[in-house]
Amino acid sequence: MRHGVARFVTGFLALPVGLYLFYVVWPFLQAAGYSLTDWGGYSDRQQFVGLDNYLRLFSDELIRKAFWHNVFFLITVPFFTIALALFLAFLLNVGGREDKAGIRGVFGSGLYKVIFFFPQVLSLVVVAVMWQQIYRADGQGLINGVLMKLGLVSPDEPITFMYDPEPFLGVPAVLWWLLLIAVWSGAGFYMVLFSAAMQSIPKDVFEAAILDGAGRFHTFFRITLPLLRDTVSVAWVYLGFIALDMYALVFVMTPSQGGPNHASEIFASVLNFTAFQKGQFGYACAMGVALAIFTILLAALQLRITRRERIEY
Amino acid sequence: MSVTPDLDRRTLLRRAAAAGLLVTPAAGLLSACAGSTPDQNDDNDAEKSNDNPFGLQDGSAVKVVIFNGGLGDAWAKEDQAIFSAKHPNVTVNMSSTQKIKTEEQPKMATQPSDLIMNSGADLMDLSTLVNEGAIEPLDDLLAAPAWDSEGTVADSLLPGTVSDGTFQGKFFVVYVAFTVWGNWYNGALFDREGWAPPKTFEEFFTLAPQIKAKGIAPYVYDAVHGYYPRWALMASIWKSAGKQAVVDIDNLKENAWRAEGILPALEAWEKLVKDKLVLPGKLDHTQSQQAWLDGKAAFIQVGTWLKNEMAATIPPGFEMKLSDYWGVSAADKAPKDVFAGAGEGFVVPSKAPNKAAAKEFLRAVLSKAGSAKFAELTKSLASTKGSGDNVQDPALATANELMKNAGSDLISVKLWDFYADLDKESQNLSQELMAGRLTAAQFVDKMQAAADKVAGDSSITKQTRNV
Repeated sequence: MRHGVARFVTGFLALPVGLYLFYVVWPFLQAAGYSLTDWGGYSDRQQFVGLDNYLRLFSDELIRKAFWHNVFFLITVPFFTIALALFLAFLLNVGGREDKAGIRGVFGSGLYKVIFFFPQVLSLVVVAVMWQQIYRADGQGLINGVLMKLGLVSPDEPITFMYDPEPFLGVPAVLWWLLLIAVWSGAGFYMVLFSAAMQSIPKDVFEAAILDGAGRFHTFFRITLPLLRDTVSVAWVYLGFIALDMYALVFVMTPSQGGPNHASEIFASVLNFTAFQKGQFGYACAMGVALAIFTILLAALQLRITRRERIEY
Repeated sequence: MSVTPDLDRRTLLRRAAAAGLLVTPAAGLLSACAGSTPDQNDDNDAEKSNDNPFGLQDGSAVKVVIFNGGLGDAWAKEDQAIFSAKHPNVTVNMSSTQKIKTEEQPKMATQPSDLIMNSGADLMDLSTLVNEGAIEPLDDLLAAPAWDSEGTVADSLLPGTVSDGTFQGKFFVVYVAFTVWGNWYNGALFDREGWAPPKTFEEFFTLAPQIKAKGIAPYVYDAVHGYYPRWALMASIWKSAGKQAVVDIDNLKENAWRAEGILPALEAWEKLVKDKLVLPGKLDHTQSQQAWLDGKAAFIQVGTWLKNEMAATIPPGFEMKLSDYWGVSAADKAPKDVFAGAGEGFVVPSKAPNKAAAKEFLRAVLSKAGSAKFAELTKSLASTKGSGDNVQDPALATANELMKNAGSDLISVKLWDFYADLDKESQNLSQELMAGRLTAAQFVDKMQAAADKVAGDSSITKQTRNV
């Protein structure tokens, strides 16, 4: 009987596993193989070049620039997204007035939850196209238009957003504007995630803290945040992947896909240029493999650092 | 509260999800690199004859992919009708898209379409296609008899078409549109104000204050796509410094960017930016073209597809007229040369299953009947001689006139087809110059450095031009 069940389950799993192996794992291996060749991408001509492509990575100026831009996103995207999501989740769940009804969120929190979650429903390209109109660099752009009406921006010098490579805090302005979109579109999802986690914290914990005279600040930092540690850690890893990607936003939003003048170049945009414009697929595959290794290492590191004893209630 | 063992069900699920997501950012990138082994294919050609020069097999099928951009794809359906009238038993599977590279590149090494119009922002890099042997030389097409006129196909083409499509001594790309580039202006407005379109920057700088006094910005351009400003920049360089200077640049000759006449041309652009003669803001092609149609700017530089692209929003009473790009001054070396050439190229993949049909289809595209329809439907000239003869479009007429008064050479620049690195660099630097973040001298230095880098990079196949 049990044996029959196992065969039944295996029968169902074989197809999806097979598809996964063929469409996901096999291309990975192929890419790793191509990364050792000088394949150009349009033909079946290729020559084995060993680790040449990987060595080239280290002396490639553009890759170095792209790497630091990725690092910028790797730090800022998770940090700002999680901070904002936590703040919103706290307000929506336990930030409300403390009265006899007990612990609850601010007024209208149900509605806010839906609104904040909304960007998550939209595809990233839709988000990007919408932000193109918000960032439009003349009086017809949403931000520029409003600021010009208020007299804060001169019609002769609109804010140029995606076309602005001038450094702000040492980082090109265009990256900060991209960061804003990434945080805006991600915060809603993590707010919902954190809300769910907060709701699983027993109310009596909060009530006990309030009885002991803890204010909102202490409630958050002494109780909520420590109990959310697991969730935040996973969110951090996920956001790390998003930060390492960022490709769709850069591709749709920035001039010359990584511009102006390489100011928003990221790993993926350099990879795309190398493969599809320069026709150096072997080298581009090496970039892809390097990125994959970097991602895996980062995730392993992150999960290890945050591993800790778990509290169960 | 109690402490649980390390792994509970929730953690397990989380880790599984994390592992699933782990691979996502790299997955798309990695799988983009993957391909598979090619199939062998043979052409089972029929008997070749003057009427069927490529031995097209009756009853076969041909897959044609059309780029559906500024010119639309209505004209291609006319070509299909012309082709099918002669070969009713050959099935034509035509599709149109804006994403040429995205859709066609993955198939190139295995089962490509037979005929691909490689055009638009998402085109496959030509030098790579040639270097990889991924596309078929089409010299036999040039030698074949024309579809519906005397002589060969080559005889029926406008000057520049063959050389524009020639790489490393072989003809690979059949450009079907003949594009004239220049500065567009509103004829009605200029007549009303008594302005004459300038021929040089000197004249432009005299006229600009009058335009500005009317509350109109003298100039607007596409600030998003770097190749737009670059056309105008390179045209000015050609006019000011002469043809040889640009040929040297394309051939990566040492210090080619420092030739006499190049710096003054770039300084004129620097002055245009510094004097604030450009409409403020950073607009893309359609936004800038609309701003120009709305009367916010006097001149916009773009090619002859402009009228077709903006057909829906041209205000009544607006007279679209084309004038030549500006040189620098009366001292220019090639003041009458016009920036024009063949564009919108078709390629036949080396592994196409039905090359005979692809070439035969091209013969239909380049026919008198087909090119006349092309000019009529797209308001652009075709690369076949006489395509615009019967078209009564005033915008096209000014382009025709410009061509009639052109100098001995057509301005053509190859560096962006030759080298992807220089293509990107020149786009970036053109945008920086136009944004006022780069001086003309810095532009020259940086272009020279980029050219030297390509010249010294052994992984890049070098190309040369003679004409």
